[in-house]
Amino acid sequence: MSLDTVKHAEQTPDVQQPWAELGLKQDEYERIRAILGRRPTGAELAMYSVMWSEHCSYKSSKVHLRQFGDKAPASDALLVGIGENAGVVDVGQGYAVTFKVESHNHPSYIEPYQGAATGVGGIVRDILAMGARPVAVMDPLRFGAADHPDTKRVLPGVVAGVGGYGNCLGLPNIGGEVVFDPCYQGNPLVNALCVGVMKHEDIHLAKASGTGNKVILYGARTGGDGIGGVSVLASETFDDTKPTKRPAVQVGDPFQEKLLIECTLEIFKENLVAGIQDLGGAGLSCATSELASAGSGGMRVELDTVPLRDATLSPEEILMSESQERMCAIVEPDKVDRFLEICEKWDVIATVIGEVTEGERLEIFWHGEQIVDVPPRTVAHEGPVYERPYARPEWQDALQADDANKLPRPATSGELREQILKVVSAPNQASKSWITDQYDRFVQGNTVLAQPEDSGMVRIDEETGLGVAVATDGNGRYAKLDPYAGAQLALAEAYRNVAASGAKPLAISDCLNFGSPEDSAVMWQFAEATRGLADGCLTLGTPVTGGNVSLYNQTGDVAIHPTPVVAVLGVIDDVARRTPIGFADEGHLLYLLGDTEEEFGGSAWSQTVHDHLGGLPPKVDLERERLLGEILISASRDGMVDAAHDLSDGGLIQALVESCLRGGKGARIVVPDGLDPFVFLLSESAGRAVVAVPRSEEVRFNDMCGARGLPAARIGVVDGDAIDVQGQFSIPLAELKEAHEATIPGLLA
Amino acid sequence: MTARVGVITFPGTLDDRDTQRAVRVAGLDAVPLWHRDKDLKQVDAVVLPGGFSYGDYLRAGAISRFSPVMESVIEQAKAGMPVLGICNGFQVLTETHLLPGAMLRNNHLHFICRDQKLRVENAETAWTRSYEQGQEINIPLKNIDGRYVADERVLDELEAEGRVVVRYRGGGLGGYPPKERSNPNGSLRDIAGITNEAGNVVGLMPHPEHAVEPLIGTGGTDGLGFFTSILKKLVDA
Repeated sequence: MSLDTVKHAEQTPDVQQPWAELGLKQDEYERIRAILGRRPTGAELAMYSVMWSEHCSYKSSKVHLRQFGDKAPASDALLVGIGENAGVVDVGQGYAVTFKVESHNHPSYIEPYQGAATGVGGIVRDILAMGARPVAVMDPLRFGAADHPDTKRVLPGVVAGVGGYGNCLGLPNIGGEVVFDPCYQGNPLVNALCVGVMKHEDIHLAKASGTGNKVILYGARTGGDGIGGVSVLASETFDDTKPTKRPAVQVGDPFQEKLLIECTLEIFKENLVAGIQDLGGAGLSCATSELASAGSGGMRVELDTVPLRDATLSPEEILMSESQERMCAIVEPDKVDRFLEICEKWDVIATVIGEVTEGERLEIFWHGEQIVDVPPRTVAHEGPVYERPYARPEWQDALQADDANKLPRPATSGELREQILKVVSAPNQASKSWITDQYDRFVQGNTVLAQPEDSGMVRIDEETGLGVAVATDGNGRYAKLDPYAGAQLALAEAYRNVAASGAKPLAISDCLNFGSPEDSAVMWQFAEATRGLADGCLTLGTPVTGGNVSLYNQTGDVAIHPTPVVAVLGVIDDVARRTPIGFADEGHLLYLLGDTEEEFGGSAWSQTVHDHLGGLPPKVDLERERLLGEILISASRDGMVDAAHDLSDGGLIQALVESCLRGGKGARIVVPDGLDPFVFLLSESAGRAVVAVPRSEEVRFNDMCGARGLPAARIGVVDGDAIDVQGQFSIPLAELKEAHEATIPGLLA
Repeated sequence: MTARVGVITFPGTLDDRDTQRAVRVAGLDAVPLWHRDKDLKQVDAVVLPGGFSYGDYLRAGAISRFSPVMESVIEQAKAGMPVLGICNGFQVLTETHLLPGAMLRNNHLHFICRDQKLRVENAETAWTRSYEQGQEINIPLKNIDGRYVADERVLDELEAEGRVVVRYRGGGLGGYPPKERSNPNGSLRDIAGITNEAGNVVGLMPHPEHAVEPLIGTGGTDGLGFFTSILKKLVDA
């Protein structure tokens, strides 16, 4: 069949088009016809279908995400907010930091290695497109049960993909999470975060302005990988004699991406671009329509000039291809030569594919014939918006009534000891070093803290010691019990982790992983979680800078636990003041900060010992979190603590085990009067941390906590080579080390 | 006096900026060198940093050895100029046959990144004079193709001539089977680094450039000696 040009579309209004196969609803297709005043061409249909997909348009989530803007706290730190490739935060000394967390869940289940690898690649290009040098990555990962046979297929592939791509790019991987739960069996969550650093004046935005400016596509050639719906179109509407059904999962080439990074940074340095956008989901469709939509004029693209890996690709396929390692820049005509020269230096292919035009149309041509003529805003920014019905599921009450505080508790101190060993060696609480040791955490020579520390921290200025810290957290079990509280607990934990390292939290990015939006119960979870997060950010004064929504994480009717993952970014004036988690010095006094109550709903203990999920998650008190954060930051700055560790899954005992093993020293612990040892050691009350205070600082530290009204209880001392809880039990560090460190390699190596 | 130390950037090199910093921290001048440029800019020594030059496609280091800059490096190395290859740089040096043997994929098939204990077996090379013979040091290791192999005759010769520069040593590294707690990748005879007959060319799998500042990386400065050794060598010469 011949080329479906605009002219042809005008002449053949009644041609049947495969809009349903491309995932469009009938009313969406009608709307496209109304916008254009004719039927769309095949190329236009392809563009609208991918840009109006849930992934690109946020059509189900948009009405809820608006709260992040509406309820945004006043912040001097935010330089670029939601809507760009990534948000940008002022961290002082003329530096700006950009960071974002994104999902690559579905591809990673199908093809774990490439799915995870291209997840890293995509987020790195987002950061690069803002004008920043990427300086670190983190990966929050969630898998099915640790002992399930399929986990042994998915996890090593994902970990090798994250490592294989990230290690080759020269980006230190400084943290993240690895969580196991049967609810993720058919829907692993592979989230990827990248942090980038630039000077304020280097911020770049994705927009095409200035009539006559050139559109340059550079990076890898365009191939047939990553084409989802469009191969349907190609096979049904066009020539069906050629090979079809190319892989829908993209294939990454980190070497090409590394060249792209260095080449792009050199181009930025010489100030050669007026606008820039990376090519990710929806490929050229997305890049051209978003650039044109955000700019002042229109755009004309000669699609046949795009360098191809496969000469048989149709124009629709070229528009949809998600081939990796590509960028699109808007360049003033007199800077084009220098731009191309730098690309040549780095062996990066660069091609002028079009230019910015007057008017307001995005026009695409194929060997001189027009195949696209659309208002770009209707493609990129004015897609459908749905008010999906949502309703609190009827099972929610029964779930919350199934109180975890009433589960049978250990009757003797021997039983308590036994259950504690079970908790700290269970896959979720066990050491993840077998996984994180497959990532390069040292490259770039600025890593101050990395896993298993509370946050990942990198230095950004060698002279002053200015640094940034990032932590990501999420707890699907808490969110299942109460999505509003669960989202706030994720925020609180990441905030606390950053503060415990000594950095001041400034802003957040989120990755919202949920089931199908067409299920009213899932939609209720989503609405509650976003409301909780927006309210929480307002209270803590940390604006949402951007992020990503991943829906349809479910198999059949069974959705994953609602899993909002929150990344908090903080700044520290001098990384020499950072606080590690390890108890390294005998004689230092251990203080427990915050209040401990009986809170076992969703806890590691209830999961590990009773395989139970019910009741209510720990109570949230964000004012308390803020106060705790301020104390931890002051204590770090003024040298009052030598170690600090936030308390979360597994409660106090988990934190003590991690800090003792990290520092290589034991601890003698005394249960405070009036507190049940079981509750003291295993409850998961939020807003708490344990700190190691040198004796010389004890008075000053106590005075500070007293004056600010933060409960601080002296619970013991760093000492010996065991964790000894007076009157209860003693566990030698060697035994704890074996329990904590052997689990993951035992299951996966 | 100071020395000019060239640091080569191939496409895909990752640790070039870190190595330049390490050279500066050691009090020397770092001179960036570009793979397409034969000109070594009158440097006194050259470091080939780690990374995945040319994507490690074909084989780690296999393509880099043919780059224009390597022609000059090979020539100068043979004339006695100190040359240090770290990780991917070591792989390039074996590909050029400036050093014997080869690197294969780690025996456990995974990338591994960890603090690694080493023993300095030869403190007389151009790059190890700042250490004591037998000194134990702790510097990061990170690679996937780090298993040093050579035939028995070569290994015997290396040992007989004192050309094993550093060896892997045990440490309480959790999460690994006992045999991997000391030797992280199955390298023959625990070899982590070697030198040529003249002692001016050294190849190392671990990364001393990531252990030159307190707080950063391992938090120690055990790696600094590799860079300060160069100054010692030039003063002695």
